Amino acid sequence: MTASNSTPELVKNGVNVDALLGAREALEKAPEAAQFKWRASCEWLNGTHSRSTIGKFFGLGAEQSRDKTFTVEADHPKVFASEDHAPTPVELVLSGLASCLTAGVAAIAQRRGIQLHSVKASLEADMDIQGILGIDDDVRNGFGAIRVHFDIRADASEDDVKALVAQSQKRSAVFDIITNPTAVFVTVN
Amino acid sequence: MRSATAIIIGAGHSGLAMSWHLTARSIDHVVLERGEVAHSWRTERWDSLRLLTPNWQSRLPGHAYAGEDRDGFMTMPEVVYFLQHYAELSRAPVVPGVRVTRARRDGEGYELATSQGAWRCRQLVIASGACNLASVPSLSAGLPAKVASLTPLQYRRPDLLPDGGVMIVGASASGIQLAREIQAAGRRVVLSVGEHVRMPRTYRGRDIQWWMDAIGAMDLRYDAVENIERARRLPSPQLVGTPERATVDLNSLCQAGVELVGRLAGLRDGRAQFSGSLANICALADLKMNRLLAAIDAWVTGNGLEEQFAAPHRDGPTVVGAETTLNLDLIAAGIGTVIWATGYRPDYSWLDVPVLDRNGRIRHDGGVVATPGMYVMGLPFMRRRKSSFIDGAAGDAADLAAHLHQSLDRAAA
Repeated sequence: MTASNSTPELVKNGVNVDALLGAREALEKAPEAAQFKWRASCEWLNGTHSRSTIGKFFGLGAEQSRDKTFTVEADHPKVFASEDHAPTPVELVLSGLASCLTAGVAAIAQRRGIQLHSVKASLEADMDIQGILGIDDDVRNGFGAIRVHFDIRADASEDDVKALVAQSQKRSAVFDIITNPTAVFVTVN
Repeated sequence: MRSATAIIIGAGHSGLAMSWHLTARSIDHVVLERGEVAHSWRTERWDSLRLLTPNWQSRLPGHAYAGEDRDGFMTMPEVVYFLQHYAELSRAPVVPGVRVTRARRDGEGYELATSQGAWRCRQLVIASGACNLASVPSLSAGLPAKVASLTPLQYRRPDLLPDGGVMIVGASASGIQLAREIQAAGRRVVLSVGEHVRMPRTYRGRDIQWWMDAIGAMDLRYDAVENIERARRLPSPQLVGTPERATVDLNSLCQAGVELVGRLAGLRDGRAQFSGSLANICALADLKMNRLLAAIDAWVTGNGLEEQFAAPHRDGPTVVGAETTLNLDLIAAGIGTVIWATGYRPDYSWLDVPVLDRNGRIRHDGGVVATPGMYVMGLPFMRRRKSSFIDGAAGDAADLAAHLHQSLDRAAA
């Protein structure tokens, strides 16, 4: 099957592409409105267990509030002598990457007139914990590599589906955050 | 002060093509040239460079390549000879050795300050080239002082490079050509690969440029492209002109010993940091190449020409190892030189007319600049995909000369 017999109007992936394209056009003319700030706050609960709260962000030149505040908990598993109340932060990073790429696949499919039936991403990351345990300074703390596998059913050719996934990586914020260095500044009072 | 109805800045293929059309329309003009005809081709190219387009595609208004080697690729001295010969044949009114240092509006026209005095004109055609300056990313400031920093405009040949290994940043036409010859000269070469356009030199028995021409891709107009700004920023295809018509891609470079790394993402404390996106950058380029080849196959089939050409084939996907380097200590790795093959841009520092956008690009509609009586030539995808090619100058010059003529007539009426 190919995408040639479907049009973007008839494809329903639940993404409002017109709104996204409208925003793109508006921001090209007013680049200052494109400056966003994303925020999260985090509070220690007990042991390695913590709860992050995510609410307001800044964008389009103003503070943006949303209907509710979200919470995300993190902990460590029992093999780390923890209570395992929630996923580890590194698993949340994988989840962030997966969600970002998946959202991209849906938006780009909508734009290209490709009807999606199912999109499943499986992720696996390698980590040598000699790094975080301080056993070997030559081992980094973070992932050695991340593998993402997409299983996609869609009304499109194999190459068109591959192109969706490739374009999604090209335009993904989390993919960029993970694959490129970012300066981090931490302060304490 | 000397004056002409029209002044063309630059006697390269674009300026000479425009001059031919203005002469055909009996519009009085001069071509101001900072050096001699084909100055950039003489002075700003590396020694081994050949055109990326085959000889038969060197077509200008009223003149075309007429030699024996129609499928060959001109060396730089051959390009210079070709253009010089064209300037003589077309009796282009070239004034050599005149560098324009400032252009500003003067009443209905323009006044130019030059190294040889002032000129005035009604109409100004900027044909001074799309590749005057190398675009070097700001992160280059973090390069250790011990490592030499070069652009392809300064590079000549491997044996003139400082001792040691070479990191080439950028894997478009310039980057892959330099990587190939510097590696062949026995140096360690690290090639930092960003977004690129992969293309085989030949396909189904013909040059890829022949196919692009045949299927109409080179004639695609700027106003028929959905996102023209993106099309104009597209890097040059990974092509090289060699007598053996070799395809040079990341796989062949890797086999020759060139080390592939991701896009340069940072330079800090003598360490280069490379993006982990290399696999996807290569996947994007492979998919795009195969879409072009599929379009060629569809054209062949659609025209019932399967018998005339070799069978379709696909080169394998770009092989990216699982162990790509993300970090390189340049000094420890023995890198003596970094070459910034990260693109080129025009030099408008002399242009004192407010026609540049916030990125320093000239605002124009298919070469008609956003101010009366000013035109530009030879920019990427300016009016057509081939606008920056020698073969693109004829069509663009014809269109813009007609526009220029009309506006003179309107002013006279």
